[in-house]
Amino acid sequence: MDTLLDPETRGANRIIPGAVDCDVHPASPAMKELMPYLDDYLSQSVVDRGIEQLTSVHYPPNAPITCREDWRGPGDAASALKRMQTHLLDGMGVGTAILNQMLGIQILFNADMGAAFARGLNDFMAREWLDKDDRLRASMVLPQQSPELCVDEIERLAGDKRFVQVMMLVMGDRPLGHQMYWPIYRAAEKHGLPIAIHAGSMYRHPLTGVGWSSYHSQDYAANAVNFQTTVTSLIAEGVFTKFPNLKVVMSESGWTWLPAYLWRMDKYWHGLRMLTPWVDRLPREIIADNFRFTLQPVDAPPDRAVLEKLMEHVGTEDLLLFSTDYPHWQFDGTECVPDGFSDSQLRKMMIDTPKATYSRL
Amino acid sequence: MAERQKHVVAKVSDFEGTDRKLVEVKGRPIVIFKKGDEWFGMLDRCPHQGGSLCSGSLISWVESSGPGDYRMSRKDEIVRCPWHGWEFDIRTGVACARPTKYRARPVGVSVVKSEETETVGNLELYDVSREGDLVVVEL
Amino acid sequence: MNVEARPNPLKTQSVELGIADCDVHPNPASLEDEVFPFIEQKWRDYIATYGMVQRIGFAGGTQYPKGQPRASRRDSYPPEGGPPASSLSFFREQHLDAHNVDMAVMIPLRIGQALQNMDLAVAVCAAINEWQTEFWTSKEPRIKGSIVMAYENADACVQQIEKHAHKDDFVQISMLSRTPDPMGHRKYWPIYEAAAANGLPVGVHAFGYGGNPPTGGGYPSYYIEDMMAHAQSCQALITSMVYEGVFDRIPDLKLVIVEGGIAWLPSLMWRLDKIWEKNRLELSHVKRPPSEIIRQHVWLTSQPIEEPDNRQQLVEAIEWMGWDRVLYASDYPHWDFDDPKRALPVQLTKEQRDGFFRGNAYKAYGLS
Ligand code: FES
Repeated sequence: MDTLLDPETRGANRIIPGAVDCDVHPASPAMKELMPYLDDYLSQSVVDRGIEQLTSVHYPPNAPITCREDWRGPGDAASALKRMQTHLLDGMGVGTAILNQMLGIQILFNADMGAAFARGLNDFMAREWLDKDDRLRASMVLPQQSPELCVDEIERLAGDKRFVQVMMLVMGDRPLGHQMYWPIYRAAEKHGLPIAIHAGSMYRHPLTGVGWSSYHSQDYAANAVNFQTTVTSLIAEGVFTKFPNLKVVMSESGWTWLPAYLWRMDKYWHGLRMLTPWVDRLPREIIADNFRFTLQPVDAPPDRAVLEKLMEHVGTEDLLLFSTDYPHWQFDGTECVPDGFSDSQLRKMMIDTPKATYSRL
Repeated sequence: MAERQKHVVAKVSDFEGTDRKLVEVKGRPIVIFKKGDEWFGMLDRCPHQGGSLCSGSLISWVESSGPGDYRMSRKDEIVRCPWHGWEFDIRTGVACARPTKYRARPVGVSVVKSEETETVGNLELYDVSREGDLVVVEL
Repeated sequence: MNVEARPNPLKTQSVELGIADCDVHPNPASLEDEVFPFIEQKWRDYIATYGMVQRIGFAGGTQYPKGQPRASRRDSYPPEGGPPASSLSFFREQHLDAHNVDMAVMIPLRIGQALQNMDLAVAVCAAINEWQTEFWTSKEPRIKGSIVMAYENADACVQQIEKHAHKDDFVQISMLSRTPDPMGHRKYWPIYEAAAANGLPVGVHAFGYGGNPPTGGGYPSYYIEDMMAHAQSCQALITSMVYEGVFDRIPDLKLVIVEGGIAWLPSLMWRLDKIWEKNRLELSHVKRPPSEIIRQHVWLTSQPIEEPDNRQQLVEAIEWMGWDRVLYASDYPHWDFDDPKRALPVQLTKEQRDGFFRGNAYKAYGLS
């Protein structure tokens, strides 16, 4: 890891002091680490029923994207935190890291059990991570199975300002604009919590509109298309007419698809406006006001000119939030920001936009 | 710019049983809509890709105060292009979705009595006989 | 609503050679009169008794009602009656002649290639192929057909392909994008092998009822979501075909994606390249970068074309995928029709224009 700590290499990573990294992944706890944080009934059930590790197939622990080869190590929280400090916080100089815990508790069908796991997991995050390094913040993990139980969890944790947003998986029971989810959005808006919509699935449906895939690679690629359909849903259902101050942070979504997506969406809206009349302005204006996108993965060629053009197509420097997606393998070395971003864009995505997005930072 | 002229293009009685008619004035297609006693005209080319507004549907203006709420007003005053469905206000030509960006070209339409047509001109051009009330387009 | 006057078709700008339109949708004036004669009596009785059931709850129509009747241009109903694009003479007048189209690829829709009763699907598709030649391609050489097939039954598909592929009437094999399994699934490979062996591309038109929700998060609520999601389904199906190794396995296969939009392709290529580089263990059967495979095997038809306020940006996006990948399509008579004079209102070089409106299509379909 010496190269990472070398000040010369570190200069090359273009992270400016105080940068906020808006999508970072702590190790998921093994069941035995989680046990002390589970309520009595659930911990008895875990033992008595032999409930296994709730690892989502979406991020197989040994798959290349799940963890970069040189960032691997023992999975317990203490070791994982130490690695994160070495690589990301001290190593690359990230000032604040927002942790998205990806243990797959949302996949359970039993909503009460999902909620009990969510409470345990959030308490685990607070004690084992947030208490240990004050550069860390976290997203509340929600029992997405039940919007009512999500609201309970938001209310339970709202007082802990280190939870700066709530997290939902991009593929749920219904597209996320659906009214069934509005209680969550109401509670989040009330507490000034953005909704992080993160890659991943509750595995209620095939991951694409054309059926179940054969390979992990296809499923990972499917995230981007599901972020696209999720934007359509949030807009068409009128979520931002209902909750105008709600912020949505698309996390690990990719964003180079956004301009082409909006050219199509704006066009359809123009001809079908009267079918969803509460969408009373161009979709791209709603995106500009209510959506933010985390930087990594950058699905673009390593070509400065293309990236500059893409940014022109995006049309504003305000949409992106800096992220490394650590320890997911999205880049090599410390090249977390591709060539082609201006200094002003860097400042915006690392400092200004996070501050404007997260009222709790 | 050529000066505006008035053109008699149709008889009011041509609109029995229909609320619209397509005419050609100075080589340009003009659609005339009749709503009760009111008359509206537009260049018959949608500013989007040129669809013929004359084949569009006339619908109400639909607004909303929030998801699930549909409020209708101005019955039959919005023409919806037969192609991609863009809506235009037949009074102003303004596109409902993006009023500051797109506008169908409105054209003045009025009605005169046949006795008054001497002052109007271009009568023969449009093959309209001087009987009853006549529809005049200003272009 | 009483539409009394019908507009005269606008005159086209003169184009030296006619254009190729890679997506038009003639309809039977009536199934009973035009298609049923090619179907055995027992299937006619079956349809009369049980209907044509697909993976959708309604006996007719869709769970996402369209924006206009039959999703068609309101000015496309023939003067003599019948549904849009059911009259050859009016089809010529309003579209082929008006827009100087000298090659139009017809893609029959609403026929149920994926009917639940597979024997019925086979019978109906066979009849539709006969109908295309009898009522359209034999009468109008500018119109070319698409071999439609019950694509959940590969054996029957291969039979249809062998039966029709050699005829000048047909230029492609037709599938719909929303299949029950992603299109790279090996149950479909015999279809692709037969298409490639006969030198015909597989044209995949958006729509179809494969029985999966249109998104990985379930069924959306509104029509605009259903329409938008075709772009995403097309991305997923290309992902499947590339990652499941179809093009490595069948090097002569050509794929034309119809009516899913175009501008999303560069971002998809970049994403697939990145994921492929990191997952060589899983994708060892994919020998080249996905973007290279796509640039060689995949074409997209232009409609419904994306419309940024600054159209130059669309031109830049097309440059990223390659001008040779895009085929003009009108989608006549459907509502989201793109007029060839207005679809791409930017300055193009002669080479770009010729390719987009004609040359690329002739190459993709192997015509001269
Ligand atoms: S041409 Fe009128 S909406 Fe497109």
